Amino acid sequence: MLSFFTKARIRGGVHAEEHKAITATQAIVTGFPLPKTLYIPLQQHVGKPAEPLIRVGEQVLKGQLLAYSQGLISAPVHAPSSGVILDVNDYPAPHPSALPIRMIVLETDGKDQWLELPAVADPFQLAPEDISLRVGAAGIVGLGGATFPTAVKLNMGRENHIDTLIINGAECEPYLSCDDRLMQERSDQIIDGVRLMLHGMETGQAIVAIEDNKPQAFNAMLASAQAYPKITVIQIPTRYPMGWDRQLIGYVTGREVPVGSRSSEVGVTIHNVGTAYATHKAIRYGQPLVSRVLTVSGGAVGRPMNVEVPLGTLISEVFDFCGVDARQTARIIMGGPMMGDALPHTGLPTVKATSGLLALTASELKDTDEQPCIRCASCVSVCPAGLRPLDMANNIRVNQLDAAVDIGLKDCISCGCCSYICPSNIPLVQYFKYASGEVAARQQAQHKSEQTKRLMEARNTRLERIAEKQREEEQARIAAKLERERLKAEQEASV
Amino acid sequence: MYVLYAIVSLTLLGLVLGLALGIAGKYLKVESSPLVDELEAMLPGSQCGQCGFLGCRPAAEALAEGNAPATICPPGGSTLAEQIAALLGLDLDLSAVKEPELLVARVSEATCTGCTRCFKVCPTDAIVGAPKQIHAVVADACIGCKKCVEVCPTECLQMHPIEITLRNWRWAKPTINPAGNALC
Repeated sequence: MLSFFTKARIRGGVHAEEHKAITATQAIVTGFPLPKTLYIPLQQHVGKPAEPLIRVGEQVLKGQLLAYSQGLISAPVHAPSSGVILDVNDYPAPHPSALPIRMIVLETDGKDQWLELPAVADPFQLAPEDISLRVGAAGIVGLGGATFPTAVKLNMGRENHIDTLIINGAECEPYLSCDDRLMQERSDQIIDGVRLMLHGMETGQAIVAIEDNKPQAFNAMLASAQAYPKITVIQIPTRYPMGWDRQLIGYVTGREVPVGSRSSEVGVTIHNVGTAYATHKAIRYGQPLVSRVLTVSGGAVGRPMNVEVPLGTLISEVFDFCGVDARQTARIIMGGPMMGDALPHTGLPTVKATSGLLALTASELKDTDEQPCIRCASCVSVCPAGLRPLDMANNIRVNQLDAAVDIGLKDCISCGCCSYICPSNIPLVQYFKYASGEVAARQQAQHKSEQTKRLMEARNTRLERIAEKQREEEQARIAAKLERERLKAEQEASV
Repeated sequence: MYVLYAIVSLTLLGLVLGLALGIAGKYLKVESSPLVDELEAMLPGSQCGQCGFLGCRPAAEALAEGNAPATICPPGGSTLAEQIAALLGLDLDLSAVKEPELLVARVSEATCTGCTRCFKVCPTDAIVGAPKQIHAVVADACIGCKKCVEVCPTECLQMHPIEITLRNWRWAKPTINPAGNALC
């Protein structure tokens, strides 16, 4: 009974059909045929886009720096294979709008020849700052999907005296199993990455949290972590969105992250298992982030699998490799089905954030026939952030965005639980995404109007100053003229 | 006798109070209604006249007197209408408000003669250039007032809709299903 009260409880969440078994039981496919052309976006992370430092026509090797990070929050981009740079231009982005962003186009030469890499014999002799420098230089970002530059997080961890590092192995999204497979097959490397992260952050303990629907991954990680008392591996309940940082922190440590603040304020930092694996490769072998494991699944996929692909591979090539039936595909999703983005076509590249590519059939999609709200409050009970989605949607529908913000729009994480559970098929998350964008646009408009007023004032004062100066000059001219006339008159008088 | 007292005291009282009011009226004079000032500050201030008034100040006066609806300002759009309604405590019907189409001026380099007329009229100094040099518009500072378009002798300045990029792309509002069912 006592444990019932002390145990942190999970707020909200849903348990959707998992669809994981089909990919989670097969080994990661590593023999993906090297694509002829790779499209490498300069922005694959949160923050400023990277700045290219190569020229069109230049020969590059695998792992060579193509674009350097600029600004505090940014990440560099490296060549995923060896070849020639064809172009640096705007191409459609892997985004629901498929609007163009800047990309480097690389024609591969088939040799896949690595640059000479600076391997480190004993990375634990390196200074902690050096670890985050190397992680930053390797272009590593949060591979769970948030794509926040990992080096920045490691630095913040060191500066804020983080006491617990949580390694997120929840993988709560349905269909996805790439983290599961990675933990099953490469647990030693992941644990090594975790140790390096602990060293880089100067943190005392790490907790690897794995959902209890992945017993094999849990056992493999447990075995690999046994030798290291700093690292504990635990099982957490299977419930979406268990991998949300606040949910995970609340369950694992019992601490609640206050609204509007970061998890570092309660002494916790979270990294994904994939990020830990990439850190291992970057520090031990000096390999930058040039490929990733992703799940290809869904009803229209002939051979669903987890496959390691070079970054910049077009989705169409991945789908061809996995035997996707284009006629059956009703929707293409990058990421998981709950929070992923629906893409308009497959001519878009895979990026660092691509944890999964789903080709779903019409029968796997939710009915979109919207019905009136019956006020069942299912959305309220599943909301992990403790909001009232139905009230917020009502406010947004009549354009009362301020009212929606007042009842917590900014705390919505777009996890999709409300839309998933809604018996009336109301697209609640779309309302919130629309409203969040609109609120941001209004803030920008407000900012611009303040800017405009400042510019106008500056112009008016300048014009006044010029007019004043002209008046003074005019007066001086008149005075000089009078003076001349007076002198002339005096001269004439004297003559 | 009492009558005299009453007359004298009341006359004195009247004089003193009248004097006090007169002095107060002269020295504590409020230049204009603070409400009008506040409303004027909220309006865009570009004096475009699209509301039918001579400028932003007369429009603010009309709003303060209740002679104009909160949705008076077309360039301000629904955002401004909401702010005005909140300040004046009005009920708001946003159904008739059209969001302003955002436009920016752009110089066609082929036909620009470098006459400098456009940047002399630009209220936000958004056009840069020099005599006989091709001018250019700083899109971030352009407010789409079209004053430059009117003075351009070669029609090389044209208004273009703002280009949608990933930076300003937004999710669309979900459309209500055709059956017309209310959400709640």
